[in-house]
Amino acid sequence: MREITASGRTIEEAKENALSQLALDESQVKVDVIDEGKKGLLGVFGSKRAYVKVTEMKSAVDEGKQFLVDISRDMNVSVDVQVKEDQHGVVYDLVGEKLGLLIGKRGQTINALQYLTHLVVNKNKDEYVTVVVDAENYRARRKETLEDLANKLANKAMKLNKEVRLEPMPSFERKIIHTALQDHSKVSTYSDGRDPNRYVVIKPE
Amino acid sequence: MKALIETIVYPLVDHPDQIEVTVEETDEKIRYHLTVHSDDVGKVIGKNGRIAKAIRTVVYAAGSDTNKRVYLDIM
Repeated sequence: MREITASGRTIEEAKENALSQLALDESQVKVDVIDEGKKGLLGVFGSKRAYVKVTEMKSAVDEGKQFLVDISRDMNVSVDVQVKEDQHGVVYDLVGEKLGLLIGKRGQTINALQYLTHLVVNKNKDEYVTVVVDAENYRARRKETLEDLANKLANKAMKLNKEVRLEPMPSFERKIIHTALQDHSKVSTYSDGRDPNRYVVIKPE
Repeated sequence: MKALIETIVYPLVDHPDQIEVTVEETDEKIRYHLTVHSDDVGKVIGKNGRIAKAIRTVVYAAGSDTNKRVYLDIM
């Protein structure tokens, strides 16, 4: 976090000096006035310069990236975090080796990281940003696996003419199952149980 | 590992200066104990313990390359 103190004849001028030194604009910083200064007689005698402290503020998206970089470092995994932003939210793509440790069994570690990063990015915010943490195309591969599983278990439900319960999943994974089977004519789906143990049930019609 | 716990918790709380992590180590296990400012307890536990569970998942993943079982107590 960069922080400088700058002076000027007025508060405004001190602020401009600080911003030009940091090469930032006003929306990216926090300004604290240290001394308002004094104009003095004829602007010369008894005048005092104004001092401001200007602190660079990271955007919420940058904080999320820094969070993932710091955690990976502390887990002894070297990663590069690539950030993609669109109107739906932000995707952090972890690039590096040994990513298995960060993904975990059935994605439990990457899902935990995604949830924690979501908390960091949306902390003290009115608007809500969707956060996705991905690595080695894990999300796309997982989606394919879940769609296959959905179809396989839909067949099982039909064959046994009984409800089939899936293992607990986070909401965005349950949604993949519901979506995969929403146009299926012979089964319907619903969720039951409470998070974090909420699961999908496939029910034959 | 202590650093990892602090890194995770730091941006979640309002009083990061009051994060405290203590360690208790025996032959088979390492037990970390996390305490935060009383106003921040909900921010590290969450509804139905969801945040605590996510913190533990990450910490246990990091501890999987040691021979000892790792535990994290919160508060």
